[in-house]
Amino acid sequence: MRRIWGWGVVGLMGIGVPAGAAAQTADDRFRDTISVDRPQFPSTYRRRLNPPVVIRNATVMTATGSELRGASILFQDGKIVSVGEVSNPPAGTVVVDGTGKFVTPGLIDTHSHVGVYPAPGAPAQSDGNEATNPNTAEVWAEHSFWPHDPQIPLAIAGGVTTAQILPGSANLFGGRSVVVRLIPARAVQEMKFPGAPYGLKMACGENPKRVYQNRGPATGMGNMAGYRAGYIQAEDYRRRWDKWLKDRKGDPPVRDLKLETLAGVLRGDIFVQNHCYRADEMAQMLDLAQEFGFTIRSFHHGVEAYKIADLLAKAGTAASVWSDWGGFKMEAYDQILENLALVTQAGARGVLHTDSPDGIQRMNQDAAKAMYAGNRAGIPVSRDQAIRWVTANPAWVLGIDRFTGTLETGKLADVVLWSGDPFSVYSKAEKVWNEGWLVFDRLDKTRQYKTDFNLGQTAPGVGR
Amino acid sequence: MNGRLMFRAAVGFAAATPATAQTIAITGGTVFPVSGPKIDRGTVLIVNGKITAVGANLTVPSGATIVDATGKWVTPGLIHAGANAGTGVAGLGGYAERSVSGDVNPSFNLADGIDPAAITIPVARTGGVTTGIYTPDGPFIPGTAVVVDFAGERVDQMVVRSPAALLIDLSDGSKGAGGGARAGTIARLRRLFADALEYDRRRLEYKRGATQMLSAPAAELDALLPALRGIMPVVITANRRIDIENALKIGHDYRFKLVLSGAIEGWQVAGAIAAAGVPVVMEPNRDIPSFDGLGARLDNVTLLRQAGIKVVIAQGDAGGERSLRYAAGNAVRNGVSWDDALKMITAWPAEAFGLAQYGALAPGKVANVVIWSGDPFEFSSAAEKVFIRGQEASLSTRENDLRDRYRTLPPPR
Repeated sequence: MRRIWGWGVVGLMGIGVPAGAAAQTADDRFRDTISVDRPQFPSTYRRRLNPPVVIRNATVMTATGSELRGASILFQDGKIVSVGEVSNPPAGTVVVDGTGKFVTPGLIDTHSHVGVYPAPGAPAQSDGNEATNPNTAEVWAEHSFWPHDPQIPLAIAGGVTTAQILPGSANLFGGRSVVVRLIPARAVQEMKFPGAPYGLKMACGENPKRVYQNRGPATGMGNMAGYRAGYIQAEDYRRRWDKWLKDRKGDPPVRDLKLETLAGVLRGDIFVQNHCYRADEMAQMLDLAQEFGFTIRSFHHGVEAYKIADLLAKAGTAASVWSDWGGFKMEAYDQILENLALVTQAGARGVLHTDSPDGIQRMNQDAAKAMYAGNRAGIPVSRDQAIRWVTANPAWVLGIDRFTGTLETGKLADVVLWSGDPFSVYSKAEKVWNEGWLVFDRLDKTRQYKTDFNLGQTAPGVGR
Repeated sequence: MNGRLMFRAAVGFAAATPATAQTIAITGGTVFPVSGPKIDRGTVLIVNGKITAVGANLTVPSGATIVDATGKWVTPGLIHAGANAGTGVAGLGGYAERSVSGDVNPSFNLADGIDPAAITIPVARTGGVTTGIYTPDGPFIPGTAVVVDFAGERVDQMVVRSPAALLIDLSDGSKGAGGGARAGTIARLRRLFADALEYDRRRLEYKRGATQMLSAPAAELDALLPALRGIMPVVITANRRIDIENALKIGHDYRFKLVLSGAIEGWQVAGAIAAAGVPVVMEPNRDIPSFDGLGARLDNVTLLRQAGIKVVIAQGDAGGERSLRYAAGNAVRNGVSWDDALKMITAWPAEAFGLAQYGALAPGKVANVVIWSGDPFEFSSAAEKVFIRGQEASLSTRENDLRDRYRTLPPPR
């Protein structure tokens, strides 16, 4: 069973058993009778069929260091076949004229609440924050996700092919994220990115303090104590389970979903995605990670990342940030336009994220703002570096960089054709292919997805 | 004091203009006067804070300070109809300067709460925004708008007009003011107007207590009168089609100088809005459906414009005022012509709020001028020089100081 689903899908969902481990030791009385050995909300994503496509004579921004002019790209069966020169595309290949147009990898947002804070913003569907306890590591964002959120087609029309959907930031431990491919679906399982590890949303700073001010944590030190208490429990839980899994003798420990997730972090199977604005708090969190032997994959909303970019580079922790959002609360006070440029200059991994159903529609514009702001201030940022902020780097943050995020032979055909330079305010995503499937075409109304919610409403869709 | 004198258009900048004669010639740039076609290698002449001439072959008076704008783009200072700079930061006391409790506050004017020293004001200037139109937040009748220029050490130096318009909100958020239903909100609004007019007719009887109970204090009813007399513009926030139709009807019934704000479903009634000659203040990227506007669509701005409506852009964005020019760029992306998009952040906000001396580079206008490195709507361009009332304004921000401290890590001690 696990071999079919792969380590990313089942192994990480449960207690982090390596693929095949159960099969080797499954001769005991618990075989297939306890839930940890069984599939847990597996991805049912299937690639849609699409004829091969070649885009010719475009500017191809590969996110691997090069920007190829007058170039072609061929993809077939959901994979990129060749980039640059394409001489003999197979019979039946759809030819797209890319003259004057640009091609990029599908954009990836490391921070979205699409589906868990859907539109229209009805209280009945405000499902992003399980704000009932400072530690709700047991909840999974996918269990809140509404696949008919009309914000999904809007994000697709912005050239976004993959997003990490996170719980909100009310809690120290907000719960598990889910990485989804942005495609029409009846249920979230059909969107789950095969092979993507889970993330754990953690939150620093003002939000948990504010939400729990009467019961605690009410202070920064209370926040830190809360994280540490959680991981101390998880260490014990992990030991007990590892021991039982090794010899499968006696009754298994009782599953605890909260500790299962935190133990997954300690094992390195679940990536910490940490809402944290201030430089000093990020420095504290890097120490916390060191204390418990894990790595924070990315800080999110790190408006002060530029102050500690050297520490981020050293720790191997990415910074997911905005271009120009700031000043809207105390911990966002020191936002600067050159944040991403300075992070990149220091050798840390910069990511442009949105946290916004508006922003996710125009990630290319925010990358442009950050790139030009850096260049104006004498902090050179190449176009390739800037496109990586919204493609290759977020792919790494989500642990899917071996599948997507660049235009290279063998990668998934997550491809966007832009009407012009994606760093121009006037450009639009014209066609979007998700694993080779044309999921959006601005020029073809039959290729403009409407959710169930959109049907019969007065607004005509997104393809304008 | 007679209540009829309560509405005064304060023209504060007159006092702020320096006494010494100063002549500036901005030469060589591509000039976009907005009031006319673009001028290649044009000159903008400024004397004592006013524009005196704009053209291609102007003679620059001797003694003028020459600002070379060769290769640059020159536009009027941008006017932001959703101004926010200097009125507080959420989490630092909230947007406390933008609203007061209660729902009938026509006398609330936030001018006295604008902080001229706020770090957000220079940021606005870096976005080429020289003039801000502040509209108070809140349900039903949140207060009056204020227009300021983003220069001056005191509010009274900044103020261009105060109060500048009466705000009324008929969106979802004001249902509570009507007892929980839209129709109740409309009925209450009409009752308030009737009471204001009755109060105005029977002031002496009111003072003697010889009138029926009125639905708001005298000061609030008084503050409604300039709008009811057609002197002061009335901005009605309405997003649903039905709310827009209600707003148009109220505007018609009371002969308001009406401005619509929001208008998410405006495209559905664009013909009626255009026929009423009503301008619309809106965000060109607002496409996410809500129950206040299920018909949200990205090309709303385009459809409104195609119907002939003078659209004004207000961009409520955490990026601040500097996002205004990008919002205009997005209007172009969504289908509006470039020239119209520039009018949406210059001439048309000036016109909607009755600021005759603003929004264009033409003789007699206040000399709010921006020199851009290129197309002002593009991310690759920047405002290089900003003149407000003929004075070059600082573009130095606190953000720059932070950036420069952390250019190398660890920062120098």
